[in-house]
Amino acid sequence: MKGAAQDAPNRAGSLADLVRPYPEPPAGHVSDSRLEAVLRSGRFAVTAELNPPDSADPADVFEAARPLAEVADAINATDASGANCHMSSIGICALLTRAGHGTVYQISCRDRNRIAIQGDVLGAAAMGVRNVLCLTGDGVGAGDQPGARPVFDFDSVSLVRAIRTMRDDGVFLSGRRITRPPRLFIGAAENPCAEPRDWRPERLAKKVEAGADFIQTNYIFDLPVFEAFMARVRDLGLDRRVFILAGVGPLASARAARWMRSNVPGVHIPDAVIDRLERAANPAEEGKRLCIELIGRMREIHGVAGVHVMAYRREHLVSEIVHASGALDGRRPWLRHPDA
Amino acid sequence: MYRVRLFAVRHARRFEWLYGRFEAFMAACDPLFSRLGYARVERPVAFVERLTKGFLFDCRMCGQCALSSTGMSCPMNCPKQLRNGPCGGVRAGGYCEVIPEMRCVWTLAWEGAARMRNGGGIHEVAPPVDRSLEGTSSWLRASREKAAARREAREAGRTALARAYPGARASEPATAPLADEPAR
Repeated sequence: MKGAAQDAPNRAGSLADLVRPYPEPPAGHVSDSRLEAVLRSGRFAVTAELNPPDSADPADVFEAARPLAEVADAINATDASGANCHMSSIGICALLTRAGHGTVYQISCRDRNRIAIQGDVLGAAAMGVRNVLCLTGDGVGAGDQPGARPVFDFDSVSLVRAIRTMRDDGVFLSGRRITRPPRLFIGAAENPCAEPRDWRPERLAKKVEAGADFIQTNYIFDLPVFEAFMARVRDLGLDRRVFILAGVGPLASARAARWMRSNVPGVHIPDAVIDRLERAANPAEEGKRLCIELIGRMREIHGVAGVHVMAYRREHLVSEIVHASGALDGRRPWLRHPDA
Repeated sequence: MYRVRLFAVRHARRFEWLYGRFEAFMAACDPLFSRLGYARVERPVAFVERLTKGFLFDCRMCGQCALSSTGMSCPMNCPKQLRNGPCGGVRAGGYCEVIPEMRCVWTLAWEGAARMRNGGGIHEVAPPVDRSLEGTSSWLRASREKAAARREAREAGRTALARAYPGARASEPATAPLADEPAR
């Protein structure tokens, strides 16, 4: 946050206040993302997922970001996750970047075709987005409007390659030139605990080959499975080519865990974890403790560069969890100065 | 048919061999197709292709067949039509997120590719499908592409030769020709 103009976006400023030179990345970086800087410097990174509002009020976005901002290097804006309609990820990112927050703009292939997505990537980059996360997206049947037409023009891997082509070659997939290419730190997801487990590391290799700079995984509750995955990832040398952020989150209760397991695509929770919640006198507290423990274990796994905290409807706990886990190692992520 | 499709993946190695032979045959037919006109043979070939591949692989005639790189499991049967799967939603036992009673097309693809002699194509990043080619014959497209690649290789030789003898190329261009030759 430098000028006063950014602090008062509604003030009728001059055009010169709005038009700043598009930043070129520092040497050795692909973007001027703070998340990229943290990861490249070898520090353990933290990202957190924002619960998108069902509202048109910007205040609701800033309110949702508040508990995450003090511990996250970047905030993920989900793109109609679970095929449920909410405020768009590009809208959320546009607001958050105005306030100076680092954002991860999530793009799902489910709802938009290649024309829309490539245009949005330029638009997002122009609005200050520095990180994107390329996702296939959950099927429309999982959401609140199952009658919608699924698009899936790209898949996550071909989308990663398309954005890398835009960034590094400065062209759309049509070959038409982009006068100022988007400087983006490109992310993809992986789900180490989902079948076919033997092939998950191979598919990760494909995403790296396509151009992924960082990976955010789905929820990991099954540590042995994740450790086996990471061992194979290291064998393939992928940990040296991509930054891997392990997905974690606090479970509210055994019932909530069971519900997630059977209703949210791609969530794998072992029975042992559910039993532990069931036996606990205070399941919510136990879920939090479990999450803190998991973060601690993740820090010890060679090749894990950070954690991605997804605390759906429990965002108020994120700060406490991250602090208790020691993930930041005393580091303070960028925070908007309260009286700036 | 679902069961035939599963059979094809189980026997991916045999189908790979068969397909390799068939592709070579189609490529060899390129001069014939060129003479008849690809436009004229398109409809009858596409008709046969639709019937055969429809029966064996539940082919959707995307026109950009990648079966040899997907363990003989047609990616267009994936409800998300991923060309680089599987997605993260695969259920326990390798079942589809969207159609829970169906084996995941891409789980089968990786299994099939592992059975193949040259299944490594599955590691290549596949581009999105060009929807304007839907319904057209992939066999003819493969034949044209194979033949074009062969011509290009010949072309590279001609270019190298012309570059190696630049003087002759300048004084007697016919001795190191570069212009398109008419079909013979």
